[in-house]
Amino acid sequence: MEIIRVIVTRLAYAVALLMAVLVLNFTLIHMAPGDVADTIAQSMGGADEEILDRIRADYGLDQPFLIQLFNYMGRVLSFDLGYSFFYSMPVTELILQRLPATLLLVFSAQILAMIVGVVLGVISARRPNGILSHFVTFFALFGYSAPVFWTGILLLIGFSLNIQWFPVAGMRDVTIEGGFWVHTFDVLRHLVLPVIALSSIFLALYSRLSRATMMETLGSDYVRTAKAKGLSTRSVVYKHALKNALSPVITLAGLQFSAVVSGAVLVETVFSWPGLGTLAFQSIIARDTPTILGILFFSALMVVIGNLLTDFALRAVDPRMRGR
Amino acid sequence: MKHVVKGLFAATATAALLATGAMAQNVGGTLVGVMGGTPRVLNPAVQSGVVTGFVGSQMFAAPLRYDDGWNPQPYLAKSWSVSDDGLKVTLNLQENAVFHDGEPIKSSDVAFSVKVIKEYHPFKSMFAPVTSVDTPDEHTAVLNLAHPHPALMLAMSGQLMSIIPEHIYGDGQDPKNHPRNNEDVVGSGPFKLVEFKPGEHVIMERHDGYWEEGLPYLDRIVVRIIPDSASRAIAIENGEVHLSAFENQPTIVNRMRAAEGVNVSNDGYGGIGPIDWLAMNVTRGPLKDERVRQAIAYAIDKNFIMKAVMRGTAKDARTGVHPDSPLYNPDVNPYDIDLDKANALLDEAGFPMEGGKRFDISLELVPFPGYKPQTEYIKQALSKVGINVTIESSPDFPSWAKIMGTMDFDMSMDSVYNWGDPVIGVNRTYMSDNIAKGVWSNTQGYSNARVDELLAMAAQENDETKRKALYAEFQEIVNKEVPIYYLNAVPMHTFYNDKVQNPPTNGIWATSSPLDKVWLKD
Repeated sequence: MEIIRVIVTRLAYAVALLMAVLVLNFTLIHMAPGDVADTIAQSMGGADEEILDRIRADYGLDQPFLIQLFNYMGRVLSFDLGYSFFYSMPVTELILQRLPATLLLVFSAQILAMIVGVVLGVISARRPNGILSHFVTFFALFGYSAPVFWTGILLLIGFSLNIQWFPVAGMRDVTIEGGFWVHTFDVLRHLVLPVIALSSIFLALYSRLSRATMMETLGSDYVRTAKAKGLSTRSVVYKHALKNALSPVITLAGLQFSAVVSGAVLVETVFSWPGLGTLAFQSIIARDTPTILGILFFSALMVVIGNLLTDFALRAVDPRMRGR
Repeated sequence: MKHVVKGLFAATATAALLATGAMAQNVGGTLVGVMGGTPRVLNPAVQSGVVTGFVGSQMFAAPLRYDDGWNPQPYLAKSWSVSDDGLKVTLNLQENAVFHDGEPIKSSDVAFSVKVIKEYHPFKSMFAPVTSVDTPDEHTAVLNLAHPHPALMLAMSGQLMSIIPEHIYGDGQDPKNHPRNNEDVVGSGPFKLVEFKPGEHVIMERHDGYWEEGLPYLDRIVVRIIPDSASRAIAIENGEVHLSAFENQPTIVNRMRAAEGVNVSNDGYGGIGPIDWLAMNVTRGPLKDERVRQAIAYAIDKNFIMKAVMRGTAKDARTGVHPDSPLYNPDVNPYDIDLDKANALLDEAGFPMEGGKRFDISLELVPFPGYKPQTEYIKQALSKVGINVTIESSPDFPSWAKIMGTMDFDMSMDSVYNWGDPVIGVNRTYMSDNIAKGVWSNTQGYSNARVDELLAMAAQENDETKRKALYAEFQEIVNKEVPIYYLNAVPMHTFYNDKVQNPPTNGIWATSSPLDKVWLKD
């Protein structure tokens, strides 16, 4: 019952938050000079003024601001995110088309980064001044500080051009034929480099965080007690210490949910991954208001869901959370 | 009726070419092309631009096509003629041509297409003089003109006059937002749509009912969408992609020139005709004075830009007409660097050097990739003659367009495309009745009665020699008065794999032309 109460409260917050996100962003976008008619004209190599006026009239851009806002919010409240000015198709359809690619990329990268990061963190926490620990620190900081588009291009030059193991761009090779497994393998081949590039950023966060918390836990009283009881090091590290050290890592993973769109933009662009990140970037450049707002709506939704899931995960590993 | 002969001659010439060249072509195979952006709409009748052009020109045919010598060739029209008074243009259509759904392509479809393009295409000047289209029989369409309109020839080629089916688009829905623009497309061109995934690819396959026996050679064309130019280059280099057009980053062009198995060409862009330029607002501040604008031209070392910034990839441009165009006039002032002359002109204009400086001026930078180095150089160059330039970068295109549209700028770095005939893409920048009317209009506030007169006369002059002379004089005037300082032709290049034969470098419209004769070597 308590869980239901939590969910309901959270959902109420979420709806208010989503509405605020939309109104605020609609206003912000409206304040910027120029509009989508200009980008449409740009995509056409220029346009006669009469055509521009007609585009503005078509999309209601010639209406006063408040009327545009009310029209838009009215549509959203009836579960219609509107029609993309630039891609001339319904925004919901556009987003749903791109969402799976982004989720696949971001989840794979997160999971890879989390597993590798925690393992590296734990290893280096056990011998904080060992050679391996320094190597992990260097490796993590390098991944974190190198711009991801640069890492991406380097990976491409290394593994698509010099050693031709992986394809350069996109999510699938439309020229190959075959059954389900052939296509699955094809997507996986396309997935490898973008996932490595994207996880290189997160890896540093996870490994540094788990190293720090692990070192802290390993020095705490109950670990000393456990050791004094005569438990094996292995059992102390993996059963007692790791479980406690994991809470901050899970919190971090939850926060990263918000990076579903923002974090992947550059990687998606370099690898032409047909996801939400590139769509977000392009629609901002194109001043395609309904698409931008639609994506913000979805990412706000992601954050809300992510926080909810984080809470449950924390409850699972940390019994102290359950009473709250 | 002299043009009829020309059309027929051209037809036989192509037929002869086909016959001699027909021995070795491979039939079949998939060409993988690539482009940097997603088309908004696949139907070129209502949407211009080179991404729509690439795929749209495969799915929709135009009446004419152009060879690399700027001569019209038969395409959907097997011949054509212009009446002696220039008021009637007759198109004789291929008799066995059918749309992708098997319906015959009739003269009524031509009439319908003209109507749609005239109303919805962004380039109004193309068909504005067309008053009506007569259809005396199924295969003859006669365009009636209010006055002679030589620009019509180029406007009937490339992606500019796509013949669309009346039985699909004439159902009363708005052609601009018609659901069949991006799905279940029924076109008139050599390839038909299989799948369009925005942001991913456009897949097309051979149209078996294409009127020309044995064409197209390819089974399929896959056009992938890869926004990042470095990634596109790698894909070309490792053979994943066969063909990429409109590549204009000098470093990448030079890298591809050195790459194995990759051909690089800058041929075939004359029709699109892109020019990099520095626009000047002639209505305010020091730039009001012609001498100041000339001084700026003398202070910029074009050779340096060509060598150090463009790295030998660009062609020189001295006027607003693309250097590949037969109407280009190269015999104008090249403004070779001359700092003494620049200083003298500035002194004369009443801007004396005081403490190493004459005046401040702003330079708006269009938010396209690759323009920064040129502007940085211009800032340096002008500081030598005492002009202090502040570079202002717009965050996105609408912001820049707004600044230009309200003429709230001093100078602006930009590129503008010719789009075939000067009437379509050149006039808009100079005519005094087009001041500050939307994106890429006369945002310089330039006004010269003689220029207006010349452009108006040339627009209606069917005699090629006389027309060329009119445009030559026009180019002399704008070169002298410098409302625009022309830097260079945008270094557009086509990269293609060794396998690709008959690449789209043999015309004037680059990939905005049919790839029906492209084939792949083993």
